[in-house]
Amino acid sequence: MFARRLLVVIILLVPALAAAGDRLVVAVASNFAGTAEELATAFSAESAAEVRISVGSTGKLYGQIVNGAPFDVFLAADAERPALLEKTGRSVSGSRRTYAIGALVLWSRDPGLQDDCADALATLDGRLAIANPVIAPYGRAAVEYLQASGLWDKLESSLVFGENASQTLQFIATGNARAGLVAASHVINSELPAATCSWPVPQDMHGPIEQQAVVLTRSGNTQLALQFLDYLCSESGREIIATAGYRLPECEL
Amino acid sequence: MNGWGPLLLSFQLAAVTTIILMFIATPLAWWLSATASRSKPLVQTLVALPIVLPPTVIGFYLLVLLGPYGAIGRWWVELTGDTLTFSFTGLVIASCIYSLPFAVQPLQAAFEATGRKNVEVAWTLGASRIDAFFSVVMPQAAYGFVNAIVLSFAHTLGEFGVVLMVGGNIPEETRVISIAIYDQVESLNYSEAHAMSALLLIFAFVVLLGMFLVNRRLSRR
Repeated sequence: MFARRLLVVIILLVPALAAAGDRLVVAVASNFAGTAEELATAFSAESAAEVRISVGSTGKLYGQIVNGAPFDVFLAADAERPALLEKTGRSVSGSRRTYAIGALVLWSRDPGLQDDCADALATLDGRLAIANPVIAPYGRAAVEYLQASGLWDKLESSLVFGENASQTLQFIATGNARAGLVAASHVINSELPAATCSWPVPQDMHGPIEQQAVVLTRSGNTQLALQFLDYLCSESGREIIATAGYRLPECEL
Repeated sequence: MNGWGPLLLSFQLAAVTTIILMFIATPLAWWLSATASRSKPLVQTLVALPIVLPPTVIGFYLLVLLGPYGAIGRWWVELTGDTLTFSFTGLVIASCIYSLPFAVQPLQAAFEATGRKNVEVAWTLGASRIDAFFSVVMPQAAYGFVNAIVLSFAHTLGEFGVVLMVGGNIPEETRVISIAIYDQVESLNYSEAHAMSALLLIFAFVVLLGMFLVNRRLSRR
């Protein structure tokens, strides 16, 4: 009797065992998590497949994938990690593609920055938050912009670094940093205090923030996984991505 | 290896935090060990909270409190013109809160174990309170001090989440060893990450082993 109850409990605790049918586990870089959630819901409605989202930073998810994490699809925040997975044979060849292009925004809630938002950086007094350029694509783009605009030397000493684009926004939203260069997708999505400044950084002043996706070799459901990637390129998929504040890549089905 | 700077910073942070904590935790633990006050459980709860709360919660509250719109941060900005977050001082405050239970609890346990009898005898023999504490209580509760110092130091050294949230990852100011390791792992620099991690692992092992050896010696006395 007890053994049977235990069995029931175990089965309840491990739903993965119960439903092994049309199911995808998608590893998503945190900046795209909300959007991926929407895409998953829409895709499920069309295909009747169940899509689960696992969120983390691109570096962490990459580490998990290399160490055998059970993901079918990887939506990274950069192009570097997917390319590495392809090179080492961990992703299905030919599956790698850019699904979204990130946009950078100068953002602040500081009342002092109201009128001269676009020029705010030249006269900024206080901390400027950017994502850590070593690990976050948005941080790298921010550094590239600061260098291209000739502001790097002036601002380097006032930089603080968020672990990723969303933590960077947290620094600014709580007022700890006066302004920051953050992801346009975050500025759109979050419940933020009213912005006094939200200026889109010109795209040609930093390298493209290409977010790439791959289907992983270890997936037992390659067909469905590729379908999901194709959905990102479909009209309804692209609309969701664009609404979330990303620019759209060229893509062909 | 680029890890020496962050490692040194971690040591400084841990050392400063431990020293401050000893001054705060000793009287607090002494009071807790003897009091019959009805507020004792409340104080104990407050002290123990950092053990239970995830560093993200502490980090989030500190980010808001220490920021220029927060109660403490606003006052600090008026006083110094700079925010407490993203500074070494801010990290010290955060670490003191985060490591408080690791200083108070071993001390309280040691004070409770040694009891009040000897110190009360010293008082009746005319020793001042301070004198009695230093010459009677402290030698008897020595292992408690060793534990408290080592645990506060080691726990601060191993701090990650809180620093990540309020530090801002500034070299030589708030980029401590745990953050530096995290950066290396995230950027796939595994060899560097291995070197720094091994260093920290060896250090943690030596410190803890030292503490347990000293404890064994003290308890045999």
